[in-house]
Amino acid sequence: MDKMPAWADAILVPLISLLLAAILSALVIIGIGEDPIAAVKLMVSGALGSTYGWGYTLYYATNFIFTGLAVAVAFHASLFNIGGEGQATLGGLGVAIICLALPWPHWSLALLAAIGFSALFGAMWALIPAYLQAKRGSHIVITTIMFNFIAAALLNYVLVNVMRPVGSMDPASARFSEAVHIPTLHELLAPIGIEFSKAAPANVSLLVALLACFLVWLLIWRTRLGYQIRAFGKSESAAKYAGINPVRITVIAMLISGGLAGLMAINNVMGEAERLVLNATEGAGFIGIAVALMGRNHPFGILLAAILFGFLYQGGAELALWTSIPRELIVVIQALVILFTGALDNMVRIPLEKLFVRFRRSSAGGSSR
Amino acid sequence: MTRLQNILGATTAALALGAGAALAEPAIIFDLGGKFDKSFNEAAFAGATRWAEETGESFREIELQSEAQREQALRRFAESGANPVITMGFAMADPLSSVAPDYPDTKFLAVDVTWLDTPNIRQVGFAEHEGSYLVGMLAALASETGTVGFVGGMDIPLIRHFGCGYAQGALAADPDVKIVANMTGTTPAAWNDPVKGSELTKAQISQGADVVFAAAGGTGVGVLQTAADEGILSIGVDSNQNHLHSGKVLTSMLKRVDVAVYDALKAGENLETGVFVLGLADDGVGYALDEHNEALITPEMKAAVDEARQQIIDGEISVASYYENDSCPAYNF
Repeated sequence: MDKMPAWADAILVPLISLLLAAILSALVIIGIGEDPIAAVKLMVSGALGSTYGWGYTLYYATNFIFTGLAVAVAFHASLFNIGGEGQATLGGLGVAIICLALPWPHWSLALLAAIGFSALFGAMWALIPAYLQAKRGSHIVITTIMFNFIAAALLNYVLVNVMRPVGSMDPASARFSEAVHIPTLHELLAPIGIEFSKAAPANVSLLVALLACFLVWLLIWRTRLGYQIRAFGKSESAAKYAGINPVRITVIAMLISGGLAGLMAINNVMGEAERLVLNATEGAGFIGIAVALMGRNHPFGILLAAILFGFLYQGGAELALWTSIPRELIVVIQALVILFTGALDNMVRIPLEKLFVRFRRSSAGGSSR
Repeated sequence: MTRLQNILGATTAALALGAGAALAEPAIIFDLGGKFDKSFNEAAFAGATRWAEETGESFREIELQSEAQREQALRRFAESGANPVITMGFAMADPLSSVAPDYPDTKFLAVDVTWLDTPNIRQVGFAEHEGSYLVGMLAALASETGTVGFVGGMDIPLIRHFGCGYAQGALAADPDVKIVANMTGTTPAAWNDPVKGSELTKAQISQGADVVFAAAGGTGVGVLQTAADEGILSIGVDSNQNHLHSGKVLTSMLKRVDVAVYDALKAGENLETGVFVLGLADDGVGYALDEHNEALITPEMKAAVDEARQQIIDGEISVASYYENDSCPAYNF
């Protein structure tokens, strides 16, 4: 079958989808009587026009990289992990426990421990649905989404009844000590002479996220395990025939996926809030699905998609701050992007593919005959 | 292209002008529930709107969408010169404690926060347990089955605080009363889930409840609706919700957030800071009595509740506060 070139598949299709989403959003903004050009300008300058804006954009992007990678790894094994929300919640619990339990001498040690604990807690939360899928055939979509609610209930119970400091009426854990404060980009870049906004929450976990991108790429395309995961995802029966154990691959892929989702907690819990709050993940687990879809389950695509969604979040915050565009409409704009890049992907892809094929045929026909 | 540039230039200029004029405007940061939650945030919006209509001035506002925006919005408003900056809800306490000291010339109003130690914040708390005590008495007095219900939003200390006062009031009016309490959920969606509120109300009716108190934000709309449909009584919260189902809502537990916000906006930059807990004596909390429910509140009920109100103000009755004790003597959550 004729295919369009890889660059068109990876770049042109998302760009056209984005453009369509932008046009529809502009119409919606005109519909409520606001100026779409001013709104776009505000979003761009607010999210990308200063190190302050970048700091927030990258902070959100870091969350989405982790959850996007989590969805992608499971997806390569043909498993639809929509439990990133719950796994990230549990990761937060792991980070809070380890940060509060020990008197850490230096943030770097605490960060290493937090990476371990967040990944462990997230992976353990994914283990039960993985086992149920592998051994009992309970569909992973159902079990992982149910585990999101169990995680929320667990966090609610733990924060209100166990981890809440005496006398505080805010359902949140105590603040972590100064020693486990991980450097923000400001503190990281100041010694090498780069001025970065002090107020923005982007922190060293961005680097961990980039490293995770690279490691996931290495895992999926350069290791035997990655090959097994992909083979299993493409065809379970063929993988079985080739001697790949489906139970083992299902469990391992979900453990990695849950661990990656759990890792998000080093950014939002340790890096930003520096305490565990009730609503810590706030939907990043679900955004991860859109990020993975848009990024074609490839780490580099996920990185770009995560930055785009970070831009939408931070730009949306600026719109909410400085215009009278209601926040529901900002959600509409974000939803339009998800709709066009994720759900309506084929609407752009198939006509474009036909166009490419026709174009190629006519040019090939012209040269050979 | 040049025309486009002109338009762009004009918009920028307009934006800049708008920003310039906005310098002294006060700002309100609504919590995640949004300004149209029919209770807590909407009360603040109502107070601010009343101020804006009376003075002809305007205010900036943001409805938060994420936790990271708490500090961000505070800082941006304070930086832009907004004064005073009003925050809603206990979750703003932590960001306030780190932002407010950086802007000593800006005054902040923190609603539902009373425990910070920063000089430029006016912290306003409400004695919700006292108001809930009164509506709890009314519930027990109005109940024919001897069972009263409570539907909370999430199982957090604030809601236990409401429920604890309610349970104490109900037990004071009728020592044999049975109290059934449910929480709506464990995610923030619990504050805006009228369908689940309706389900819980039906479940409580099947357990014998014939008066249900909703302290659950937008979820309460479903509680009040189902109570009216099923022919039992309900109690509204925060704002006066008696009119939602005239003659079917026994009363509403008033929490005068609107007055606190209105007063702060009126004081403007001269806002008096410090910690203020508004109780029955200051009319910060109370129960609603209007033309929609006067047929439901008998003179005996009114007399009993007004007497208790006076006794609480005089200190003869002390309503245990969940906030102070971290536990409730009347109900085990």
